[in-house]
Amino acid sequence: MTTTTMSHDDAHHHGAPTGWKRWLYSTNHKDIGTLYLLFALTMLFLGGASAMLIRAELFQPGIQLIDPDLYNNLVTNHALLMIFGAVMPAAAGLANWMIPLMIGAPDMALPRMNNLSFWILPAAATMLILSFVVPFFPGGGTQINTGWTIYPPLSVQVGMSMDFLIFAIHLLGISSILASINIIVTLLNMRAPGMTLMKMPMFCWTWLVTAFLLILVVPVLAGGVTMLLFDRHFGTSFFDAAGGGDPVLFQHLFWFFGHPEVYILLLPSIGVLSHVIPTFARKPLFGYRSMVGAMLAVATIGMVVWAHHQYTIGMSLGAVTYFMVGTILISIPVGLMVFNFIATMWRGAMTFETPMLFAVGIILMFTFGGLSGVMLAVVPADMQYHDSMFVVAHFHYVLMPGAVFGLFAGVFYWLPKWTGNMYDERLGKIFFWVNVIGFNITFFPQHFLGLAGMPRRIIDYNVMFTEFNMLSSIGAMIFGFSHLLFLYIVIQTIRGGKSLKKSENRSWEGAKGLEWEVGSPPDFHTWETAPQIK
Amino acid sequence: MNPAASTDSGRRRTTLLLAGLALGMFAFGFAMVPLYNLLCQVTGVQSVAIRSNIGPTLAVGTTKDGKREVVVKFDTSVHPNLPWEFAAVEHRLLVTPGEMYEVIFKARNRSSSQVVGQAIPSVVPWQATPYFNKIECFCFNRQLLDGGESADMPLRFIVSPDLPEGINSLTLAYNFMKLDASEEQTGTLQPSSATAVKSDSPKGSLHVSKGT
Repeated sequence: MTTTTMSHDDAHHHGAPTGWKRWLYSTNHKDIGTLYLLFALTMLFLGGASAMLIRAELFQPGIQLIDPDLYNNLVTNHALLMIFGAVMPAAAGLANWMIPLMIGAPDMALPRMNNLSFWILPAAATMLILSFVVPFFPGGGTQINTGWTIYPPLSVQVGMSMDFLIFAIHLLGISSILASINIIVTLLNMRAPGMTLMKMPMFCWTWLVTAFLLILVVPVLAGGVTMLLFDRHFGTSFFDAAGGGDPVLFQHLFWFFGHPEVYILLLPSIGVLSHVIPTFARKPLFGYRSMVGAMLAVATIGMVVWAHHQYTIGMSLGAVTYFMVGTILISIPVGLMVFNFIATMWRGAMTFETPMLFAVGIILMFTFGGLSGVMLAVVPADMQYHDSMFVVAHFHYVLMPGAVFGLFAGVFYWLPKWTGNMYDERLGKIFFWVNVIGFNITFFPQHFLGLAGMPRRIIDYNVMFTEFNMLSSIGAMIFGFSHLLFLYIVIQTIRGGKSLKKSENRSWEGAKGLEWEVGSPPDFHTWETAPQIK
Repeated sequence: MNPAASTDSGRRRTTLLLAGLALGMFAFGFAMVPLYNLLCQVTGVQSVAIRSNIGPTLAVGTTKDGKREVVVKFDTSVHPNLPWEFAAVEHRLLVTPGEMYEVIFKARNRSSSQVVGQAIPSVVPWQATPYFNKIECFCFNRQLLDGGESADMPLRFIVSPDLPEGINSLTLAYNFMKLDASEEQTGTLQPSSATAVKSDSPKGSLHVSKGT
């Protein structure tokens, strides 16, 4: 009896397994977190490459580099790669790495499911890339020229690449639902003794809400695309008006998922901010309880305002008024979060290391994107802005700072913890400035283009829009290539070396929380004995 | 050992609950197909064809606006699954709001077997939908034609004098499609055709026809 227990314990205490089995069979939250982050980084470059090709084509009016269908396919792919391939897996990677460390748990609650939810992703990404590649082969059908919203009736008519895309969405959805279930079960059942929900670190709170949102909305998208698949192949008419269906129903199903998705992308980054800002302002987070409340309010209201993406479909006045008021209401809890962050910084002993630079950048630029969002929420104004480049500028101002910069902040903040090496602060700051300036040159002119009437998703444009488009394309090249510097910094930090400082357990002087109690890098197994929280 | 076992059962319970929630939301997506139609019918949120039930109907006994004339155009299309020819005899009609008109549509079954069809109407611009009152329409019922049979299908309608000033021309479009016996039973394939049939037999119009 005792011997078996001993060997059982031994099995727990050995180090990391070696070779490919370590990664393919991994049930270790840190390894799976790393896999998620590396996968997201790969997809970031694929999605970025498609965006840069789009901007290269838009450098001049007329059609120079690619044909219109390929252009539209690139727009589709850019969105899907970035949302499902880059941002969501990166946020899931942060969650995998940090949540068990933050709540004092030895691992995620369901380690094997954790392995599954990651390893579905490469398969899904392959399907997604195939959907792009297949039309180049004879008999491959037409390109996906619908945009990521895949509205019928066009999406019913697209060739077989749409089927690849539909199955890719199914797989991505299954992966994120499994990951969400795992995260919620971990957060609800595995917290260290004494850690009540209201003592949980903010990043855990944001992921708890995000995971619930995912479970509520991703299945609805899966249902929607399944109906699309039936319409395409099994003669049903869910969305075919001529067969008695309603194409607008798909738009409702899509945006019932699509709008909460915005908060799914945003909230983990808000969680990162809630750690970065107190660390570098050397003050505790201002208004923890109000942050939790505001986040729950955002999630709740965010679930019921989806149709503001569809003002032009001919809804009744009562309906559009409801969606308008609901949408504008969201700016109140979001504004509360922003004010909480500002109040945290207020009279703090602030220093501006790279994570903090990104955090301040988020507060400025995300607020700006939020304001153009309020403009878009107003129905009569939106009738003008709808489907123009103004919308493109708006959601990039929300998603780049709101989601991606938050992830960058998180990576720079926790990279010393993960690798044990301090990244090169000078390079980090250069990356921040080049990245942020490139971003603003790219997207700020698009506001003017949209207001002047340039539509989105169209390969060609009127010559009167040339100057701003050239400016935007130049910015896009700066912005896109700046990520190579990010890649270099990450690789350099992982490899370590004499030029880099070693990180202490507490990588940042002002950092607080359980994750800084373990080593840098942490042992393969941490918190096997749960810490006691007072 | 005991606390470990209790966390294990706690984890299993939470996992099952969440998996159930995910499956429930998947089902909710499909439930939206009938529910969405129902919601639109009840609240008039969406479907313009249904707003004729909610918007103002023809006010009984209003004086005829002799000066005003609007153009009503008739457009027809046949779904590829229906082997019929279907066309309006008159494609264009000058109409005085408040007066009743009758137009004939001709249909012919090109196939040799008996086919049941159903016409789905729509009005363009949609803002005019509540003011276009059909008193008698072949679209109220499903139509049966034997193989090779032709039929005249009448439509009687009144354009309400309350029609907004800005609208001087409106188009009534019919899409004729096939109804299968199997489809009628399951009803899953024709969600909004069913609502359209219901919405096109409004009580309001019957009441109006008595008044005139």
